[in-house]
Amino acid sequence: MNNYDVISHVKGESQFVDDLLIPDGTLYASVYYSEVAHGELLSVDSSEATTVEGVKGIFTAKDIPGENQIGGIVPDEELLAEDKVEFIGQPIAVVVADSLLNAREGTRKIKAEINPLKVITDPREAFANDNLIVPPRIFNLGDVERCWTHCDHIIEGKAESGGQEHLYLETQGAFAYPVEGGGIKIISSTQSPTAVQRVTARILEIPMHKVEVDVLRLGGAFGGKEDQASAWAALAGLASHKLQKPVKLILQRQEDLRMTGKRHPYSSDFKIGLNNDGKIIGYEVTFYQNAGAAADLSPAVLERTLFHCTNSYYIPNVKATAISCKTNLPPNTAFRGFGGPQGMFVIESAIYKAAEKIGIDPLEIQKKNLLDEGDEFPYGQMTKQCQSRRTWNRVEQKYEVEKIKERVNEFNTKNDIYKKGIAFMPICFGISFTNTSMNQASALVHIYTDGSVSVSTAAVEMGQGVNDKLRRVVSGIFSISIDKVKTESANTTRIANTSPTAASSSADLNGKATQQACNDILSRLKEVAGEILNTSASSEIYIKDEFVFVNGIKTELSWNELIKTTHLNRVNLSSHAFYATPTIHFDREKEKGEPFAYHSFGTAIVEATVDCLRGIYIIDSVKAVHDFGKSFDPLVDLGQAEGAIMQGLGWMTIEEVIYDEKGKLLTDALSTYKVPDLHFTPDVQVEFLEDSENPLGIFKSKAIGEPPLMYGIGGYFAILNAIKEFRRNVEFEISAPITPEKVLLNLYSKVEKNVNV
Amino acid sequence: MKNQITFVCNREVVKTTIHPGLSLLDFLRNNLLLTGTKEGCREGDCGACTVLIGELLGDKVNYQSVNSCLSPIGDAAAKHIVTIEGLNNGSDLSVVQNAFVEEGASQCGFCTPGFIVSLTGYFLINEKFDFDDAVNSMDGNICRCTGHSSIIRAGRKSAEIISSKMSNHSNHISALINSGLIPSYFAEIPTKLKELKQVQIDDSEKVSPSYFISGGTDLYVQKWEDILNKNVKLLSSDGISSNIREEDGKYIIGANATVSDFINSQLISNVFPFIGEQLKLFGSLPIRNRASIGGNIVNASPIADMTSILLALDSTVHLKKNGQQSEIKLKNFYKGYKDLELSDGELVAEVSFDIPAQNSYLNFEKVSQRTFLDIASANTSIYIELNDSIIKSCNISAGGVAPIPLYLRKTSEFLTGKEINYSNISEATIIARSEIEPISDARGSAEYKSLLLRQLIYAHFVILFPQLISINESE
Repeated sequence: MNNYDVISHVKGESQFVDDLLIPDGTLYASVYYSEVAHGELLSVDSSEATTVEGVKGIFTAKDIPGENQIGGIVPDEELLAEDKVEFIGQPIAVVVADSLLNAREGTRKIKAEINPLKVITDPREAFANDNLIVPPRIFNLGDVERCWTHCDHIIEGKAESGGQEHLYLETQGAFAYPVEGGGIKIISSTQSPTAVQRVTARILEIPMHKVEVDVLRLGGAFGGKEDQASAWAALAGLASHKLQKPVKLILQRQEDLRMTGKRHPYSSDFKIGLNNDGKIIGYEVTFYQNAGAAADLSPAVLERTLFHCTNSYYIPNVKATAISCKTNLPPNTAFRGFGGPQGMFVIESAIYKAAEKIGIDPLEIQKKNLLDEGDEFPYGQMTKQCQSRRTWNRVEQKYEVEKIKERVNEFNTKNDIYKKGIAFMPICFGISFTNTSMNQASALVHIYTDGSVSVSTAAVEMGQGVNDKLRRVVSGIFSISIDKVKTESANTTRIANTSPTAASSSADLNGKATQQACNDILSRLKEVAGEILNTSASSEIYIKDEFVFVNGIKTELSWNELIKTTHLNRVNLSSHAFYATPTIHFDREKEKGEPFAYHSFGTAIVEATVDCLRGIYIIDSVKAVHDFGKSFDPLVDLGQAEGAIMQGLGWMTIEEVIYDEKGKLLTDALSTYKVPDLHFTPDVQVEFLEDSENPLGIFKSKAIGEPPLMYGIGGYFAILNAIKEFRRNVEFEISAPITPEKVLLNLYSKVEKNVNV
Repeated sequence: MKNQITFVCNREVVKTTIHPGLSLLDFLRNNLLLTGTKEGCREGDCGACTVLIGELLGDKVNYQSVNSCLSPIGDAAAKHIVTIEGLNNGSDLSVVQNAFVEEGASQCGFCTPGFIVSLTGYFLINEKFDFDDAVNSMDGNICRCTGHSSIIRAGRKSAEIISSKMSNHSNHISALINSGLIPSYFAEIPTKLKELKQVQIDDSEKVSPSYFISGGTDLYVQKWEDILNKNVKLLSSDGISSNIREEDGKYIIGANATVSDFINSQLISNVFPFIGEQLKLFGSLPIRNRASIGGNIVNASPIADMTSILLALDSTVHLKKNGQQSEIKLKNFYKGYKDLELSDGELVAEVSFDIPAQNSYLNFEKVSQRTFLDIASANTSIYIELNDSIIKSCNISAGGVAPIPLYLRKTSEFLTGKEINYSNISEATIIARSEIEPISDARGSAEYKSLLLRQLIYAHFVILFPQLISINESE
């Protein structure tokens, strides 16, 4: 382990945007936002704010020189509200002052006159009012209409899943400063340097080559800085461009919570049909996605919900409808899993309800319907190297599931207050941006004359370890010490037209591009080595451990010597290479194709204990067997799995985003929005599935960022199963997160009598 | 002339005349450019800003972890402040830093310095190490990337390594330096602190302060900006005691005593051996290290955990103003939401309660969305004196179910003289629920809070008298 990022982290030396040394005279920006969720913006009065000491400028929509538009997929989102507001937290003005305190004081003195309109926060109500972001999408397989007659059991129901705050520890922010020739440079905390560049250029009406965006690292993102970092960078850019001064804009935590979107809440209807053997014959599902007030990434998130609506199961007849509903909440956005978890939660709920009705354990239905090699997904792709059953069976064997069941039964017999429950959670997650055109990347590799190597890509390091992986790619191909390799910031001047670091794909895409760049240079190096060593044309030349080998024999020619000579011989020591994922395609007319390079598989068993007196619970353990492909960075991959599992558990249990009926966020502080802490952490065990080399992944590995999050769904059902041990006949509404409040109300409210409230 | 604050920050002596109410976090980041200390939430809920504060006591420095976002720079006076930069030792990594690297316990890196400071603090503070306690010392820190598994491994690994490397040094600090936990300059800190000359506080132009700051753990969440425009008085330097003592059959707690002081008090743990464990549900370690008993009372939050316990102990609040002293029962102190029987300029000096009788019982129950470092959906405390199986006297409180920290008068009266059995407890829960006025908010619906209080009252008796009350009956 020799990760320089981590070494500078533990010393507190790693710099984030707010840590940069800034020039004297830097100004600070604070954003004034709407306190009304829906209304006509009649006027903005900033006269009093201009008199606040230290205030240097106040900018509203009318000050934008270019197009006031930041929408990525659909152009439906203004940077600063012009004549209407559509959610609480929507930016209306930006105040710039000589200090943060003065800028904040300025925002308090602005008065916006807003004529309130009807507020809708519920996606089904939005649907009833025909408030849609994009037209609905429908995936079909087999013939659902006719399949129901072949079913012995048909179960219908509803499932709700809540939003989720990203809670990246570093809040959104950017630092912008003017450069000569009317350009601007922005240091941004973004997953999408190119998106920031494009949006800023559009806002300022300058060409993209005049906007340089640089990203050193992010203090967490989880999707929350994919599309939603752009506004803050553009606002800092706008103020800096107007005033020709450096401007720093860092959101305070509460501002970040109020102004930015979260994981999409979904409300869904399902109908599932099975035969007496527990085989699922048909599944019909309608997803109502709560998109918030603008499209943001919602259409893409919606699409992935459809792709994962059958999770790890083969179902011959499927009709899945997904509707993106426009509400008066902050635009919801990417969050690890990107709609996949919401889709999977509904099929798991349907299976749970079916098992309840048939009177069997849900895991019997789960196991019976797992995907096999060559099974068709509702979108037409067939499984390849399918690992569903292997991981399930390995979990049963490795973690001795029969013994777990015995132990849990014994515990439940002995305890009155405390009850245990377990649940299986298999996962299957497609890897690639579902928008095929985004599956491209480039890399710029330089070898300097001292033998050290620099690699630039668009991969943004945000804790997922992509820098470490890229360094391993370079050091692996050149066979040099990893200490010789440095990854550079993601910078739009060095690497252009990039896809965001997202979709778990950045190590694959940027890794493959880096691999290509290194191979280009390596073949030149071998030629030079051949010349130096006077080898014959048929000789096999390679580099190992920083020395040149010829036909298996180590020579005296070292890496450093070779590099020096290559330079003197005027041979290029740099390469810029490009990669586009082969094989993938998707037809949105037919809703069929092969959108994914490959799938990631796994299974987990989750155990929970519920305190049935107080309605609280603990997750005891999550034991998984996961398909990492052939991992070449196990510590990083394990960390991704462990972290994702906890985020999934949090989403299903204690993380609750609450808006009131006026569209106001009630959980707008860390004192009211609770994420898993150290005490919440269960025993997490993750076994790496053996023998699963992946030809389309970098160094035969598989993407790891998102898939394990969905093991957390098992936590929901483990808690439900524990509650059932206390109250056999309780019937739950399926509604995640399962907060302590929901547990207690499920346990007691229906049986309670004589209550004086 | 402004008063000068002098302290040692890491290796350096720092002198400043800045506003004493400025948060330590802002001073470290903006004035000293020590940006390893991060701002994550500014409300003590993430721990990214954790630093250590060391106070000279004799020849020793006693360290505590605190949230620098909630601590006034004025309270740094004469102290040793340790940030992550102060734990760095050239190119070597400390044992804790190295364990974090080896276990992959740092991903994005934003929370990492806070975790490392907290864990390092544990070894500085405690002379005997317990692996679980070492891990729990980081419970005021939130990591969003790792899910904490690797951090727990790093915590245990650090504890193992340091335990094995600790020589039989008589001096704890020297032993820690030798074990590779801290740089060697720590050995010189006591001398450095002794040499600091504090400029005496100049009270000649006395302006009445707008803010009296004790721990500041709630005040700074709401008022960090306003404080900077006002005159403040730091109660740590204003003769408000932080001692816990016994006098005339009572325990008397100085209003400046922190929750940690209360937990660590031998007097308290002798009579209530379990209360320290139960109070780990109060905030986090760095919060408990700052939050004061007086502040908890005066803050008048309806969900105050410490006040809940003090209500059950039927405590008396001792007030002072311009040398005048008065007292009032805590249960009569609250008039309405954040409305107290307290005049302008009047301060809570102490709080006292009778030394518990033989055959007495105290229990505290709290449920929150997240079990630790969270604010209660509802809490309740009970104090019972028994005469055989008859309740001789009883005080019960309820938090989160009314505009004030609530003393349940009718319930307490009802239970007094009763036998402990299911039907009496059941009736008590009904009376309790008639005394409360919960509202629906982010911490739960009114219906939930009322039901929860019932369950927690049952829980008191299930915990204290398991032989008399069992759960099946309460269904």
